[in-house]
Amino acid sequence: MTKEAVEALSLNEITKRFGELTANDAVSLSVNVGEVVALLGENGAGKTTLMNTLFGQYTADSGTVRVFGETLPPGNSRAALDAGVGMVHQHFTLADNLTVQENITLGVHSLLKFSLGRAAAKAQILALSKKFHLAVSPDAYVGTLSVGERQRVEILKALYRDVRILILDEPTAVLTPQETDDLFATLRLAIKEGLSIIFISHKLHEVMAIADRVVVLRHGKMAGGVKTKDTDKNALAAMMMGTEATPPDVSPAKPGAPLLALRTVTTPDIGSTPGLKSVSLTLKAGQIIGLAGVSGNGQAAMADVVGGVLSPSEGQVVLGSETAQKWTPRIAVQSGIARIPEDRHKTGTIADFDLVENAILERYTSADFSKSGWLNWSKSRAFADAIIDKYDVRCPGSDTPIRLLSGGNMQKLILGRVLEANPQIILANQPVRGLDIGAVNYVHSQLLAARERGAAVLLISEDLDEVMALSDVIHVIADGRLSPEFKRGDMTPAQLGLWMAGQGFEVDIPDAS
Amino acid sequence: MRLEPIKKPTLARKLTPPAIALTTTIVIASLLAMVAGANPFNVIGLILKGSFGSTFAILETLNRATPLIFTGLAVAVAFRAKFWNIGAEAQLYAGALMTVLLGTGTLPWPSMAILPTIIIASILAGAIVLLVPALLKTRFGVDEVVTTLLFNFIFLLFISMLLEGVLKDPMGMGWPKSARLIPEARLPRIVDGLRLHWGFGLAIFSAVCIWIIQTRSTLGYEMRAVGLNKEAAAFAGIPVNIVILKTALLSGGLAALAGFSEVAGLKGSLTLDLSPGFGYTGIIVAMLALLNPLGVVLAALFVAGIFVGADSMSRAADVPTYLADIMLATALLLMVLAILLTRFRVVRE
Amino acid sequence: MEIIDILFTASFWAAAIRIASPLIFATLGELICERAGVLNLGIEGIMVAGAFAGWMAVYSGTALWTGVCVAMLVGMLFGLLHSTLTVPFGLSQHVVGLGITLLATSSTYYAYRLALPEVTSPPKIAAFQPYEIPILSDIPLLGPALFSQTPLTYLAFILVGVVSLVLYRTPLGLAVRAAGENPAAVAAQGLSVTAIRMGAVMVGSGLMAVGGAFLTMSAFDSFFFEMVNGRGWICIALVVFGSWRPGKALLGAILFAAFDALQIRVQQTSLGTHVPYQIFLMMPYILSILALILMSRRAQVPAALMVPFNKGER
Repeated sequence: MTKEAVEALSLNEITKRFGELTANDAVSLSVNVGEVVALLGENGAGKTTLMNTLFGQYTADSGTVRVFGETLPPGNSRAALDAGVGMVHQHFTLADNLTVQENITLGVHSLLKFSLGRAAAKAQILALSKKFHLAVSPDAYVGTLSVGERQRVEILKALYRDVRILILDEPTAVLTPQETDDLFATLRLAIKEGLSIIFISHKLHEVMAIADRVVVLRHGKMAGGVKTKDTDKNALAAMMMGTEATPPDVSPAKPGAPLLALRTVTTPDIGSTPGLKSVSLTLKAGQIIGLAGVSGNGQAAMADVVGGVLSPSEGQVVLGSETAQKWTPRIAVQSGIARIPEDRHKTGTIADFDLVENAILERYTSADFSKSGWLNWSKSRAFADAIIDKYDVRCPGSDTPIRLLSGGNMQKLILGRVLEANPQIILANQPVRGLDIGAVNYVHSQLLAARERGAAVLLISEDLDEVMALSDVIHVIADGRLSPEFKRGDMTPAQLGLWMAGQGFEVDIPDAS
Repeated sequence: MRLEPIKKPTLARKLTPPAIALTTTIVIASLLAMVAGANPFNVIGLILKGSFGSTFAILETLNRATPLIFTGLAVAVAFRAKFWNIGAEAQLYAGALMTVLLGTGTLPWPSMAILPTIIIASILAGAIVLLVPALLKTRFGVDEVVTTLLFNFIFLLFISMLLEGVLKDPMGMGWPKSARLIPEARLPRIVDGLRLHWGFGLAIFSAVCIWIIQTRSTLGYEMRAVGLNKEAAAFAGIPVNIVILKTALLSGGLAALAGFSEVAGLKGSLTLDLSPGFGYTGIIVAMLALLNPLGVVLAALFVAGIFVGADSMSRAADVPTYLADIMLATALLLMVLAILLTRFRVVRE
Repeated sequence: MEIIDILFTASFWAAAIRIASPLIFATLGELICERAGVLNLGIEGIMVAGAFAGWMAVYSGTALWTGVCVAMLVGMLFGLLHSTLTVPFGLSQHVVGLGITLLATSSTYYAYRLALPEVTSPPKIAAFQPYEIPILSDIPLLGPALFSQTPLTYLAFILVGVVSLVLYRTPLGLAVRAAGENPAAVAAQGLSVTAIRMGAVMVGSGLMAVGGAFLTMSAFDSFFFEMVNGRGWICIALVVFGSWRPGKALLGAILFAAFDALQIRVQQTSLGTHVPYQIFLMMPYILSILALILMSRRAQVPAALMVPFNKGER
C-alpha cells in the first residue's frame, strides 16, 4: 500500500452478553477506506452479533464504535445509517407487500413529510442499478422476487442512502457460484467508488477471493487478523476452528436393499420457492446420499416429502416395495424414518416443553409411552433420561424447558429421540447448522455410525464441503430438479458448482400445461 | 427497551410482580371509590365482608363462582390450545336451552335418569355451537375470535326469539321466560337448608377432570403442543386440526354446563338475563388462573367474591357496582404484565 | 315488490349512509392498527368510551367539535394503554384487547353513574344536524342520500381518502405498512418499530372513539348502555372483508349498512309481520360471518399481524 490508509471504521473492545452467553468478548476491528475486510468464523462465533452491534441493533455492554473518527451513540441504527454504515442482513429485511422502490426509500424521508418524491427516487434507483450492475425493477413487488433479486434490493437500499461502509452478512449463502461472481463484481465497483466493505462469511475460498484482510472470530473472541496475501486457506481454517480441520475418516459404503424411493415426485411451488419437479431418488441401506444445492432450490420440499409433512401432488413414495397410500408425518415415523429437521427451534422442538415432553413428541401414541389415550410419564421420563445419558445432553435435568438448552444439546436430544427407535432411514436436514465444532463432529459420527449398522441416510446441506465429506453418493438439486447421482470423488467442487447453478440439466421438464 | 429471559427466576422474582399488580388494583379501586364519595380505606373491607363475611355471603359467592368455574374452564381449555373461544356466552345459553327443552316435562323421568341425560345433552349442545366456528377456522381459515364473538349476539337473539315464541311460559305473565323445570330436573342442594346446589360440586369435579386430562392424557399433551407451537406439533405428526376440533368440543361442552347449572341449580327457568356476562368473565377467570384448571377454581372464587362483595359494598357505600368490573379488568391487564415480568427482565437499550 | 321499492327510496340510502358512518370511523381505526401489525380487540370498549366522552363533553357545555376531540383523546388514551402492553411488552393482543374493552366499558358506565346518579332516562344534547350541501343535495336519490348528512358523516368519507393517501402515498404510510409486514425491515432502516406501532394504535383507537361518538352526537342525541352493541366486532370483520384496504372497507361498510337499513324497513312490511324481528336483528352478525368466510381465502393478511417485534431478540 503506497496510499496513506484512512480509517473508516473502528470497533473498540466490544463486549456483548445475552444472559449468561458472552457473544462478543472484547472484540476490536478496524477498516480503512477502500478496503474489504472479511469477518471469518464458524456459525455461532459471534460475527452477526458484532455487526448488529456496529449497526446499532444491539447495544454493547461495553466498548465503542467509531465511524470516520466520530463515536456512534449505542443502540441507534438511525445514527449508524446517518454516519454512512449500511448493512445487508443474512435474513433479508424487506417487506413483501411493498415494491422495490418503496423498500428502498422506506425511512429515507422524514416521516412527517407528505411526499415520497417518487419520480426522483425512481431515477436514482435506476441509475444506481445500472452503475453497480444490480438489475431489478423498481416497481416490482418484493414478494415476487427471487432470492438473488432480493439481495440486490438489499444492496441498493444501502447504496441509495450513499453509505460509505457496507456490511454484508453471509451474502453468498443464498447464491449460486455464478451469482456470487456477480456479487463480487458489484462489490469491486463499490470499492472503486471509495466504499469500505465488511464481508462476513465462513467460506474460506470466498474470503480469499474478495478480502484484503481477514479477521477471525472464535467463540466470541478475536482469534487473529491477517492479510489475505500473507495466508492461505489451511492457515485460516486452523485459526477459525482452533485446530486443523480433519475430514471424517469414511470407509467405502456397502449399499444394500432400497428402503425408500421417490418415483417421479412433483410438489407445488410455494411462492418463489420451487417445489420438486419429477424427482426420483432411491435411499439404500448402508449408504449416505448427500443432497447439495444452493438454499431455496427445493431442499425444503424434498425434506418435507421424505419426512411425511408433504404428500406429492404427482408421483409416489415407495417404502421398501410398497407404495404408500397415505403419507403423513406419523406414518413416516412409524415406517422407521428418523427425521432431523432443518430448524430445531421452530419445528424440531417445542420451546416451553421440557425434555421429557420433547423426547416423546413423535411417538407419544406408541405403546411405549401411552395406553388407550393416557400417557405413561414414568416410562417417558426414563426414555428422556436415557437419551440425556447416552447422547451426553448437557442439562440441569429432564424437567428443564428445552429452550434453556444450547443449540448443540438441543440437537443431541433430537438425535437421541430419533435414533433410539433404531430407524432404517434417516433424514438429516442441515443437521449441523449453527453448531460448534465439537457438536458438528458428534452429529457426523452418529450419522456415519448409523450407516455402518445399515441405515439409509439422506443428508441435505447447503455446505458443499459437508456433503462431499460425508456422502457416498451426491445429487445436486437446482430449481426443484435433481441431478444424476455422482459417486464419491467423481466430481470436483467446481463441477458440482456448475450443477448447482442449474447447468447440466439438459432437458427442461415440460410444464403440465 | 428489550426483554431478556431470566433463566432461573428467584422466588422474589416470581412473587413480587403479581403482588404489585394486586396492590395496584386495590389502590386504583379505592381511589375510584373515593371519587364516588366513599371512604377509600373502607372499600376493600366492605367488599371482603360482602363476599366472605358471613355464611350467607360465602354461599352467595360459591353460587356465583359456579358458572364462572365452568366458563373459566371452557376458556382455559381453549386458550391452552390457542383456540380463542370468546363465545362461552353463546355456549352457556345453548346448555341452558337444552336444559329447559328436556327438563320442563318433556322427559317425565326420575332424577337419577333425567339429570345425567340433561347434562350430556347440554354438553353436546354447547359443543356443537362451538364446533361451527372451529370448523370455519380449520376448513376456511376464518379467525375464530370474531366468529365466536358474533355468535354470542346471534345466539342471544335466537334465545330471545324462542322465549317470545315457542318456549314462552303461558303462566309467565307476558314476560319472555320459559316454563319452570320439573322438580326431578332440578339440581338438589348439597346440604339441606343451605342455598348451595350440586352444580358447585359438578364444577369442582369438572376442574379436577380437566386437570387430569391436561396433565395425563395424550389429548391434553396434544392440546398443549398445538397451543405452544403449531408448526412443531404438525411436524411431529400431531393432527393439528383434529386437536383444535376436539378442543372446541370440550370447551363448548364445559361452557354449556354453566348454563345447565344456572338453570337447574339456581333459577329453575330460562330468561334472557340468565347470564350477566359469565362467558366473558370466564376469560378473566382463566387468565388469572394462568389457564390452570385447578387455578380456575381459585380464580373463580376471587372473581365471584369481587362481584358479590361489590354488590354489597355498593349498597353500603353508594358506589356504582361497575367498580367490580373495573377492578377485574385492571387486575387482568396488570396480571398478564406481572406474569411476563416474572419470566423476563426489562433491559434498557 | 316492496323490497325493490325500498331500494329506490332516498330515505333508505340516507339511512344506510348514516348507519355506515360510525362503522367507517371504527373500521378505519382498526385497519390502521392492523396495518401496523396490532390487532385491537379494545375496539368495542373504546367505541363505548368515545360515545360517552363526546356526549358528556357536549352535555357539560362544550362545543360539538370539541366533544369530538374529547372522544378522540379518550380513545387515544386507551390506545396508549393497549399499545404499551402489546408493543414493547409484546403481551397477547387477544387478552389485552378484551381487557381494554372490559376496562373501557366498565369505567364508562362507572363514570356515567357518577356523573348522572339520579336520572332515569339519559338527558339529550343538541346533536349534529344534517347539513345540505348546496347544489349536490338537489341531485335526485343521491342528493338526499349522500349530501344531506351531518358533518361527521362527511368527515368519515373524507377520512377514507385521507387514510388511503397517507398509507399509500407518504413516508409515514410506507413505514406503517412495512411495520405490519416485516418489522425487521423498518428497524433496519433506522426507524423505531415501537414508535410506529404505538402511534398507529393510538391514532386508530382515536378514530374508533370518534366512531362511538357518532352514535351519541349524530345518529342519536343521548347515551344509552349497550348502544354500541357489537359494532366494534363487526368492524373487525369489515377490515378483513375490505382486505385491509380503506376503499374496499368503505364499500364493505356501506354494503353492510344497506343490509341493516333494509332489514329495519322490511320489518315494517308484510313480510316483517310473519318473521320474528330477532331474525332481522341477527342479519348484520350473520352477514359479517358470511363476509369473513367469503374473504378468508383471498385476504392479504399483513404478515406480521399479531407478531410482536423485539429488537435484539435471540
